[in-house]
Amino acid sequence: MNTPDLVKLIFGRLSLEAIPYHEPILIATFAMVAIGGIAVLTLITRAKLWGYLWSEWFTSIDHKKIGIMYMVLGIVMLLRGFADALMMRAQQAIAFNGNPGFLPPHHYDQIFTAHGVIMIFFVAMPLVTGLMNYVVPLQIGARDVAFPFLNNFSFWMTVSGAMLVMASLFVGEFARTGWLAYPPLSGLVQSPDVGVDYYIWALQVAGVGTTLSGINLIATIVKMRAPGMTMMKMPVFTWTSLCTNVLIVAAFPVLTAVLVLLSLDRYIGTNFFTNDFGGNPMMYVNLIWIWGHPEVYILILPLFGAFSEIVPTYSRKRLFGYASMVYATVVITVLSYLVWLHHFFTMGSGASVNSFFGITTMIISIPTGAKIFNWLFTMYRGRIKFDVPMLWTVGFMVTFVIGGMTGVMLAVPPADFLLHNSLFLIAHFHNVIIGGVVFGVFAAINYWFPKAFGYRLDPFWGKCSFWFWFVGFYVAFMPLYVLGFMGVTRRMNHFEDPSLQIWFQIAAVGAGLIALGIGSFLMQLFVSWKRRDALRDVTGDPWGGRTLEWSTSSPPPVYNFAFTPVVHDLDAWSQMKDHHAERRTEGYLPIHMPSNTGAGIIIAGFAFVLGFAMIWHMFLVAGLAFVGLLVTAIGHTFNYKRDYYIPADVVERTETARTEELAAHV
Amino acid sequence: MKMLRGLLIPALALLLSGCDAVLISPAGDIARQQRDLIAISVVLMLIIIIPVIALTLLFAWKYRESNKAAHGEYDPDWNHSTVLELVIWSAPLIIIIALGAITWTSTHKLDPYRPIDQIDASRQVAAGTKPLVVEVVALDWKWLFFYPEQGIATVNEMAAPVDRPIEFHITASTVMNAFFVPSLAGMIYAMPGMETQLHAVMNKTGDFGGISANYSGAGFSDMTFRFHSVSDAEFDSWVAKARAQGGNLSREDYLKLEQPSEREPVHYYAKVAPGLYNAILNRCVESDRMCQNDMMALDRQGGQGIVGAYNVTTSAALRSRLGLTEAERRYVGALCLSRDGGTATSPAGRAL
Repeated sequence: MNTPDLVKLIFGRLSLEAIPYHEPILIATFAMVAIGGIAVLTLITRAKLWGYLWSEWFTSIDHKKIGIMYMVLGIVMLLRGFADALMMRAQQAIAFNGNPGFLPPHHYDQIFTAHGVIMIFFVAMPLVTGLMNYVVPLQIGARDVAFPFLNNFSFWMTVSGAMLVMASLFVGEFARTGWLAYPPLSGLVQSPDVGVDYYIWALQVAGVGTTLSGINLIATIVKMRAPGMTMMKMPVFTWTSLCTNVLIVAAFPVLTAVLVLLSLDRYIGTNFFTNDFGGNPMMYVNLIWIWGHPEVYILILPLFGAFSEIVPTYSRKRLFGYASMVYATVVITVLSYLVWLHHFFTMGSGASVNSFFGITTMIISIPTGAKIFNWLFTMYRGRIKFDVPMLWTVGFMVTFVIGGMTGVMLAVPPADFLLHNSLFLIAHFHNVIIGGVVFGVFAAINYWFPKAFGYRLDPFWGKCSFWFWFVGFYVAFMPLYVLGFMGVTRRMNHFEDPSLQIWFQIAAVGAGLIALGIGSFLMQLFVSWKRRDALRDVTGDPWGGRTLEWSTSSPPPVYNFAFTPVVHDLDAWSQMKDHHAERRTEGYLPIHMPSNTGAGIIIAGFAFVLGFAMIWHMFLVAGLAFVGLLVTAIGHTFNYKRDYYIPADVVERTETARTEELAAHV
Repeated sequence: MKMLRGLLIPALALLLSGCDAVLISPAGDIARQQRDLIAISVVLMLIIIIPVIALTLLFAWKYRESNKAAHGEYDPDWNHSTVLELVIWSAPLIIIIALGAITWTSTHKLDPYRPIDQIDASRQVAAGTKPLVVEVVALDWKWLFFYPEQGIATVNEMAAPVDRPIEFHITASTVMNAFFVPSLAGMIYAMPGMETQLHAVMNKTGDFGGISANYSGAGFSDMTFRFHSVSDAEFDSWVAKARAQGGNLSREDYLKLEQPSEREPVHYYAKVAPGLYNAILNRCVESDRMCQNDMMALDRQGGQGIVGAYNVTTSAALRSRLGLTEAERRYVGALCLSRDGGTATSPAGRAL
């Protein structure tokens, strides 16, 4: 009789072999991460910060703190994703004339996969989710999101997903399939290793968080707006957040489903996407892009919203064409579901199918163009202050239209046959994602930072960061457009044609400039913190803002607003200022608030263990983690200490302090 | 100034070198038409893009706070203009209507499945011209080309007579690749168990590069081949060379060739096992595997599944809904497998 092998049940296929000690680059990285990690942990322990972090941040269900934690996650992961980018640029700049470069395919292929996955799922998504989390409740005059605990849980699930990707760096390996893991390459036959399983479980765990936070924000926006704020009086950022979250809730389940099918193929031997037994890999490509195309609008729409707040604020003018801005957003939301096939015109669809999707893609450029014109005419006859957020915005407008143009070129199917999978395509989507999402995130960080921390970001380093990014982007990606025309395709490890090398070298210089841009941003954070007293803003409204978040203090109190504001106009705060509305300073009531809970981080911790155990086929551990997850989740439903009241006198003390501070600085 | 010139001249030279990029000056008529489309769409869009960029910079400059001259124009409440809104929605709309019309017609005209009707801008394909058929298989990580008309096969090298239409049938052995000869025509995916097609023609003689344009694993970067565009006479001598130098490509040889390898040298096969390409396409090169097209043919004729269902459907209504009437009962009596190429025929009508 066979006795079940206990070691195998516990450790699955995990062994010491999984530690990549033969890869010097990884060992050096690991050493650096370990030393850095130990240093940070020691510092936290020395300063006795663990209790503070746990009770004030990790278990916090305050949307503001969760928003900030999302931003921190996004920035940390940006460093990892960008390190991958630097390695790719360096490899392609030197791998000519028989020189294999410093990254063999086995390593290089993991890097470009990880770069894409990290930048989309663990940089861009946390950054936009963080912004929406922080800003939306303040903009609609709410005290928190609709489901505060869910918000904390969503965040930690995203962290667990990110940790799985990071773990793949030092235990085992990551997928070598490209960021969308097309089968049959990602199937069991071609990729038997743990890489694709890391990919699947990281995205599944993080995907739960994303979907739940989408539901949360929709409920918040639909149900919790301040009295008087009708849909057509919602700030544009709230509108774009609403549309984004509708997209998330409609699109992410498709990703979850397609990854479930892929995992069934890999774990229990089904044949959804295999070559044999009726499997159809084309179905995977369709499904993943039915999620994938809305995803790019999930990333860009919130930043369109941010620009729509920034342009009027710094032009000191109302937004031009609010209604057409809203309609454009909604049209983009709907159309984003009708264009997915343009990612694979070359997969052999008929001419009518291809032209349908080509034309729907072009149609999206109409509302997008309308948005650009609206920002343009908001600047027209304004009085524009070029603070850092506005610099990013103008940089965005110039850069994004170029990306839009190359996008429409790719939407013409016969043209796409030449340019698909080429470096032209790479240049195009970096053009819109860097020019749109990244520039937008930096604009938004510079814009809302004083709200979150009570002091402005240092403008000098902000400008350095902008100019390095802006110039660096053009130097890094214009050569890729050219290389695309030279017939060079993506994901190449080395090249034969020596005439291409100069372009890759220029692109590598561009990547270096972007590195300086990122460095300047980190410097900006540090310098601003050092100079926080000089940069302090006590008014809560440093830029002359127009929407409700600027009506409260910076940083806002836990409860955001002592009295729920009443909205009469689109730019509610502007209108209050115009009418010299008095700040109410008496008659405070106790405020009902949700309590912190550790359930979110614990459940997400179990989800991490579950994912890791499934990746390594440690089925006993996976079972235990799953049970732990369920027990904690069910246990949490018996937690009746979910809320508390902030007594009226505490509110009064907080508000009086602010009144005095405001009076002292008039 | 001198330093500036020192920088400018290499930069200009670099840009000029970009101008003879393969996609900008292709050698095949299809790639040329596709390039023209790129140019047309760029020009159409620049009608919008240039004013937008110019206006952005102009407004940003003119309405800056420090420009006191523009303060007179400042109008904080101006936020709507019906005329302007009409313009900003309709101007892009008009461009997109024009581009959409071009897209519809060109996508149909340049559909890779459609046989070509012109050799280049001035010459039509003569009636009755037989295209050169090339069957392409993307292997890990090399290219296999079958020439059914000539009866030969080659690895990592192909040739075609200049100005003769070529009809590619494309499939793959294990993973997705993309067949791409940039100077000939746009790419098309090569996928296992499926066939895509490409019709194209080369208008210049020369030695061109071909690649896989879709990442397919470790050996992907070296998955290149040469495309020789030659005169009719040179093509004949190329075929003769392949026949003279090449060996036999049996099914067993193919199964060995199919194994992953990198930087596979060019080689030729003078003789090819009959039906090999179809067997690769239908994933039945091994003699003990059923071909996909046979399986599909079985299914089309009712299949074993639905016939089998007759035995478990007891209600007459369900039987009639499934079309299982007594008169139409069909059975697959037996499946024939033949190792020595006998006379048995598969349900798809193919000799087994």
